[in-house]
Amino acid sequence: MNANTSINTDASAKVKPAMKSNTLLHIRAIARRELASFFGSPVAYVFLVIFLLLTGFFTFTVGAFFERGEAGLASFFTWHPWLYLVLVPAVGMRLWAEERRAGTLELLLTMPINPWEAIAGKFLASWIFLGIALLLTFPVVLTVNWLGSPDNGQIFAGYLGSFFLAGAYLAITSMTSALTRNQVVAFIVSVVLCLFLILAGFNPVTDMLTRWASPAVIDTVAAFSVMTHFDGFQRGVVDSRDLLFFVSIIAFALFATATILRNRRAG
Amino acid sequence: MIQIEHLTKAFGPRRVVDDLTFNVERGEVLGFLGPNGAGKSTTMRMITGFLPVTAGRVSIGGHDVADEPLAAKRLIGYLPESAASYPDMTVNGFLLFIAELRGLAGDAKKRAVHRVVERCFLDSVLHQSIETLSKGYRHRTCLAQALIHDPDVLIMDEPTDGLDPNQKHEVRNLIREMGKTKAVIFSTHILEEVDAACTRAIIIDRGRMVANGTPASLKAMAQSAGRVTLQVAGQDAANVQAACAKLAEAASAEVLDGKVRVLPKDKTGGAGAGATAGATLARALMALAERERWQVAELHVEEGHLDEVFRNLTFSDTVRA
Repeated sequence: MNANTSINTDASAKVKPAMKSNTLLHIRAIARRELASFFGSPVAYVFLVIFLLLTGFFTFTVGAFFERGEAGLASFFTWHPWLYLVLVPAVGMRLWAEERRAGTLELLLTMPINPWEAIAGKFLASWIFLGIALLLTFPVVLTVNWLGSPDNGQIFAGYLGSFFLAGAYLAITSMTSALTRNQVVAFIVSVVLCLFLILAGFNPVTDMLTRWASPAVIDTVAAFSVMTHFDGFQRGVVDSRDLLFFVSIIAFALFATATILRNRRAG
Repeated sequence: MIQIEHLTKAFGPRRVVDDLTFNVERGEVLGFLGPNGAGKSTTMRMITGFLPVTAGRVSIGGHDVADEPLAAKRLIGYLPESAASYPDMTVNGFLLFIAELRGLAGDAKKRAVHRVVERCFLDSVLHQSIETLSKGYRHRTCLAQALIHDPDVLIMDEPTDGLDPNQKHEVRNLIREMGKTKAVIFSTHILEEVDAACTRAIIIDRGRMVANGTPASLKAMAQSAGRVTLQVAGQDAANVQAACAKLAEAASAEVLDGKVRVLPKDKTGGAGAGATAGATLARALMALAERERWQVAELHVEEGHLDEVFRNLTFSDTVRA
């Protein structure tokens, strides 16, 4: 928008472009294209089915949902960081790698749009897709409400946390996807980075570290972990610091995506 | 419309584009020639704002591409190398998407898509997905994308690459037509296209500009430019050759296939000198033929071959320097 006003002020010598830019329209156009491309391919449906099967399996079989005898979704949410570890990079790996491989990155970045509009549009589309996958787990909520009387506020907090957790992983995948034209490389690097974010605060790891490091160091490292920040949501506490943690991971990773795209255009 | 000053791009220590300076005005079609790897695509990517420049500046319609990228990009229609598009979209969906990114909405958007679909003959495949199209249609879809906002500046990277002769002809006609009202740059390594579509051509080699002029002036730079071929009926070619070689305007004469080829003198003096000297020589030969009462079967002045100029000016990667 700023560009437009500056053109109009000294338009005498310059050729005025006929059209105005509209950030929201650009983001919407890109997000819609991205979503259409998700649902236009079988990948989306395969993903949804696998996601729902795996959540079901982990919740009811591994998580021993019925044996617990609690009216809550602890056994459902506790697996999300691990499930997302594989599934979110699978959704996000193509975001930029595919554009790079097909040569459409050049087309997209020579359009009169801000690169961050493309980044936001693509990220939002994939995040919405993950949100849809998450919403489709509603039968678990119905089940637990039918069997007992759970704290639905706590369940809502769990969903919120899970959604932001997925967003954080997705932003990291967007960043690694911008690095390469190879989706497999993007996938593997994303998994490793996300795994680090889990392990930094995963109890078996922090317990092991206590042998060498001071508690202050361990706390600092653990503060970077999604586990530490996802915990609160599972217990039904929506802490603004936890939200801020996820939002800053998303913002940082998307900013890194922009930097990478600006500096690595030739490949 | 397009001003390029001291444009340079280096990847590490390697200078891919080295100090290019040229302008393209509205109504001009600039052919951008060079062997593979000469830096044609890199230059176009810098002009369109995809690659940042190492040094120099590009301005489109008065807007510096580095300082006002959006204003500059709005004026450009760009056909990238290999004509990339989203394979899973339909032609219609793809064009609507691009129109939206170009800031078109509602009726204007529909009209714009309709116009380019007609212009690029895409009617019959409008609702087919791009991956199912033949290369020619895919190419035209990407071309339609570049024209959708009726840009003032059109930049095309090898627009006829991989097309069949009919399609090439079509694209060249389109380029010529666009060139009447727009500033057009297109790259190619097919030399006949320069004659067919350009008002001006630039030859670059290893990133440097080695020639810049109208197709005719470039051709005049050839060794063969101005060479006159003469065939006389009922005369021994050797006699004719001897007579021709004595002319003041002729540098030398030789016999080839019963015809005499005469090279003009005074070819020095820059571009176009060859053609002028050739015309002078031809007049002298006509006068000679009249004096000798030769039955002239053939007499023509060669205007020079672009591929000869191209080979002389550019470095071939199959020859060791």
